[in-house]
Amino acid sequence: MNFILSSLIFTPLLAALVVLLLPVRRQKAIKAVTLLGTLVQMVLAILLYFRFDGSAFANGQQGYQFVEKLHWIGFSLGTLGRFQIDYFVGVDGISISMVLLTGIIGVIGVISSWTITKNVKGYFLLYLLLLTSVTGCFLALDFFLFYLFFEFMLLPMYFLIGLWGGPKREYAAIKFFIYTLVGSLFILIVMIGLYTSVIDPQATAVQLGLIGAGGTAAPNAILQVQQMLQQNMVSSADMVRTFSIPAMMEPANFIPGSLLHVLSGVELWYLPIRFIAFLLLFAGFAIKVPSVPVHTWLPDAHVEAPTPVSVLLAAILLKVGGYGLIRIVYPIFPDAGAYFSILVGGLGVLSIIYGALNALAMNDLKKLVAYSSVSHMGFVLLGLASLTTEGVNGAVYMMFSHGIISAMLFLVVGVIYDRAHDRAIQNFRGLAKVMPAYTTFVIIAFFASLGLPGFSGFISELLVLLGGFSAPEATGMLPRWLTVVAVFGLLLSAAYYLWALQRMFFGKYWIFPELRAKATITDLNFREYLMLAPLAVLALLFGILPNLLLDKISVAVTGMTQLTLQNGQEQLELVLSSLIR
Amino acid sequence: MQEIVMPRMNQDMALLCLLIPLLPFIGFLLNGLGNRKFSKGLVGFIGCSTVLVSFLISIYLFLDFKANGSQAYTVDYYNWISAGSLRIGFSFLIDQLTLLMLLMVTGIGFLIHLYSAGYMSHDEGIGKFFSFLNLFMFSMLLLVMGSNYVMMFVGWEGVGLCSYLLIGFWNKNTNYNNAAKKAFIMNRIGDLGFLLGIFLIFITFGSVSYPQVFAEASKLTGLDTPVMIGITMFLFIGAMGKSAQIPLFTWLPDAMAGPTPVSALIHAATMVTAGIYMVIRSNVLFILAPTTLEVIAIIGAATALLAATIGLVQNDIKKVLAYSTVSQLGYMFLALGVMAFSSSMFHVLMHAFFKALLFLGAGSVIHAMSNEQDMRRMGGLRKALPVTFITFLIGTLAISGIPPFAGFFSKDELLAHVFEHNKILWGVGVLASFMTAFYMFRALFLTFFGKFRGPEEQKHHLHESPAVMTVPLIVLAILSTIGGFLGIPEVFGAEHVLGDYLAPLYTYARSINPAAFETGAVSHELEFILMAVSVGVAVLAIIIAYFMYIKKEEVPAEENARLAPVHNLLYQKYYIDELYNSLIVRPVMWLSNAVHRLVDVIVVDGIVNGVGRMVILSGRTLRYAQSGAIGFYLLVMVCSIALILFLNFFIG
Repeated sequence: MNFILSSLIFTPLLAALVVLLLPVRRQKAIKAVTLLGTLVQMVLAILLYFRFDGSAFANGQQGYQFVEKLHWIGFSLGTLGRFQIDYFVGVDGISISMVLLTGIIGVIGVISSWTITKNVKGYFLLYLLLLTSVTGCFLALDFFLFYLFFEFMLLPMYFLIGLWGGPKREYAAIKFFIYTLVGSLFILIVMIGLYTSVIDPQATAVQLGLIGAGGTAAPNAILQVQQMLQQNMVSSADMVRTFSIPAMMEPANFIPGSLLHVLSGVELWYLPIRFIAFLLLFAGFAIKVPSVPVHTWLPDAHVEAPTPVSVLLAAILLKVGGYGLIRIVYPIFPDAGAYFSILVGGLGVLSIIYGALNALAMNDLKKLVAYSSVSHMGFVLLGLASLTTEGVNGAVYMMFSHGIISAMLFLVVGVIYDRAHDRAIQNFRGLAKVMPAYTTFVIIAFFASLGLPGFSGFISELLVLLGGFSAPEATGMLPRWLTVVAVFGLLLSAAYYLWALQRMFFGKYWIFPELRAKATITDLNFREYLMLAPLAVLALLFGILPNLLLDKISVAVTGMTQLTLQNGQEQLELVLSSLIR
Repeated sequence: MQEIVMPRMNQDMALLCLLIPLLPFIGFLLNGLGNRKFSKGLVGFIGCSTVLVSFLISIYLFLDFKANGSQAYTVDYYNWISAGSLRIGFSFLIDQLTLLMLLMVTGIGFLIHLYSAGYMSHDEGIGKFFSFLNLFMFSMLLLVMGSNYVMMFVGWEGVGLCSYLLIGFWNKNTNYNNAAKKAFIMNRIGDLGFLLGIFLIFITFGSVSYPQVFAEASKLTGLDTPVMIGITMFLFIGAMGKSAQIPLFTWLPDAMAGPTPVSALIHAATMVTAGIYMVIRSNVLFILAPTTLEVIAIIGAATALLAATIGLVQNDIKKVLAYSTVSQLGYMFLALGVMAFSSSMFHVLMHAFFKALLFLGAGSVIHAMSNEQDMRRMGGLRKALPVTFITFLIGTLAISGIPPFAGFFSKDELLAHVFEHNKILWGVGVLASFMTAFYMFRALFLTFFGKFRGPEEQKHHLHESPAVMTVPLIVLAILSTIGGFLGIPEVFGAEHVLGDYLAPLYTYARSINPAAFETGAVSHELEFILMAVSVGVAVLAIIIAYFMYIKKEEVPAEENARLAPVHNLLYQKYYIDELYNSLIVRPVMWLSNAVHRLVDVIVVDGIVNGVGRMVILSGRTLRYAQSGAIGFYLLVMVCSIALILFLNFFIG
């Protein structure tokens, strides 16, 4: 058995335990342990990236790589069957990019946190806990396990903003907390609904005595169980219900007559219950993405959060939203995904334009970057909603690329904030004169973010827009004008970045008089080079050689997209027909 | 595009082709990373030598191409983007058009690099300057060498970035930064059109690579299908931005804020002709959409005229040249619109010679005048700057269409094609050409003739530029003098070297619309008459300019003087910038503020915080029900039971 995934998840936790045992005053040691922990995690992630076979497609239960599956919680419920939660982790083309991203950003974040002075031990403990829970989210294949990690992310993030944040940190932290909690409640409701509706065919086969306990999954046995299930030949007591996401992806595993079965015929507010479930899940993850109109926690959280926390938040935590949509929402509810594509795509385009317009109105550089995140994450929704292979590949690529680039953006904001304790755009002018190296990185980050070819952002925008544009013919999803509107987002992003660049960095050197006393404006130091340069190189590398990532993700994403599309259309007909009856 | 394009699997050739863009890129890295440590001489050497070697390789490729039967080929490097059905290779297409552009870009590029080594020698940012300039060469070479539309787009945006960086090179001046920002954003409007065009090409032909797209397109029947009009219109929007056509032209005159070699290289000779390159490259697609071609012709003619009228009254020597560039680009599009693709390319090439020459000449003047660009402060410079004067004169003769200089042949050929197609457009072209000759000679007379009008102490500083600057001037002047012989009209009985060379590009297009490529529709007599007319109006314009600025020694009015209404309208460039500001820029800014202050803060966040407040409020209110008095609880309970029974009675 291979424990690389568990090692990835629990390395930060292990480091956290070590930190816990260190005395508070040993600040250097605490930082060193944290750095070591994240470095090990990064090396493991890179190792995983190289050992991962990009040509395999995970369909149903098969195809996930480096799988670890252990029975965790399980007991009999009498006539209600068995209750079972598995420690079930695995990696496929969709998660590999996110794991790699987490590994890289984890280290960068520690370098950026090096200057933290307030309650160092607590900070790095929470930091490591956060990394464990995010990594767990990306690797969990059991919905319950996913939910556990998903909820657990909230806690360290709440404290990191609430204790180490800016002046309005309590407001921002509580807003973040409540928003996300509401979202996860929606997810919880659907998760329970799914649990009551889905069986694990393999475990049920064991229960039925078709295969011996611990036996490997014989394809025929599973098929047999699924057929028996659909013909109502499995008694309720023999059903082993499951939280397994791959099991939920197969329509054949849904118990006939259960709430979320395609033919359940249950309606709520004039919509099939499966559609309601989709909307609840979508809302839950859309808050995390975040999509307009449930985005307002993000600017507040970013403005108050210290730089490294902003980096983690933008680069990794937001990705859990998009990842949840791709991993869970669309494959499990492809029918509703097809039905609501215009809603998802529409919200994506709305986020692109709305986020960009807001960014244009900003006077706070960090808020500008935060709104640009909203705008760029809109591309993820658009690409996903198109259900074209290009679009969904682009969506995954965008999550990775935005992770790299947004980390860089928040870091450059942090650089000026560290020096001047201010980041209002109108308080600075002509910084290029005194901070030439810094300005160079700002220009790189801005142009990478506005989608200049050569940087990774261009590849993702190209793929998403191409996917969206070809969707009407290829998949019959989005109207074409929607993508045409989205294209204007690229223009607006050029406008807000260039305008900010001009106002802050060009012209004669000047800073706001009241800042001058406290501010020492110096160019980048070695530590700052160390965190910015690798990101700049990565943004370029994945722009020039996008196949480094596409080779790993493309097969899985393409397979998943085609499966979703196919299942979606079949199931949509069934759902609608069951309503007519 | 020829019918068969085979990949050429030759390691040496692949390396050579790759070196052409790669060398300037290496120059960019070296100068970009080491610019503060390198001496100025080393910076200049790295910048120039990389481009020179690229130029030499281009010549070799050209000779090799001719020697191997002029067969177009692709050089494939690696699979750049592959996702789903999309396959975009990193590969180059080497054919007649690519090679011609390569020679032009690297050749003129090298001369301008050389000139820059002198021009920028006093600037402390020379390392940064050369690294940007080399980055530009890299992007431009990708643009012309790429074998698919996405690679062209990469180069396209890349040159836009370099243009932005170089216009704002002296970034301490706010106006310069505004100009840079405007250039990038206006270009981006065009780029988005281009992008949509690429998407439409992909969904129509299932590929973005030239050989496949053009082969597929040549199988189409029926002209003017909506999808072809769509594709070509979107592509043309891209060309409008990059090549400064109405309505996206106002960035180019402002772009003169950049150092003069930048204006010569990027904003006159190479980058701004990318739009023409794109249309010629896609000639198959455009042939299929005559409506688009008609639009292109009209916009080209209108741009040529509009820019020429503005050029008549400008006082900044670079602004005059800038408007003349816009106007000449208009000519090139006019030619494209009437399907005279080769003539347009001919003019691109000739224009690259004489416009680079004129800009560098202007740069030499500005250098001598210690950065004064206003022609009202110049005059009589021909004695102090003899080489600059002679070469500038040649450039002026060339652009005015005086035989036997370069511009005469290309403009004459171009206008003859327009005459065949549409007499009104020809008339517009001739009118613009009259104005061109006038304002160019006006600039020449104001700058080099008459008395010196600047401050007295400056008069003693006047000096001819060093050899590193005058040699490029001389080379370009020679090219502007003899370049026209590449395309001697048929009436003179010589071969049209350039036309024959480029002919294989239109194999597909010719099979779709043979009539467009028939030559000799204009009789010889008529051709002579047309020639005489163009030369006649040019001479007339020169004479008028001579009387106004030499005989009467007129000097344009000072800045705050009251001008006649028409004069003022022209001087203020028809108030187009102001129009765009109030129609587009300000509404967008207003919208963005409204969206943030009204929608985001008040509506969206208001609802969110409102929900929170409601929860708190309801908690506070319900608190009072929790009074702790058992009697009250009992009362409520009894009332509730009674109410339920009561309702049950009615509903049940």
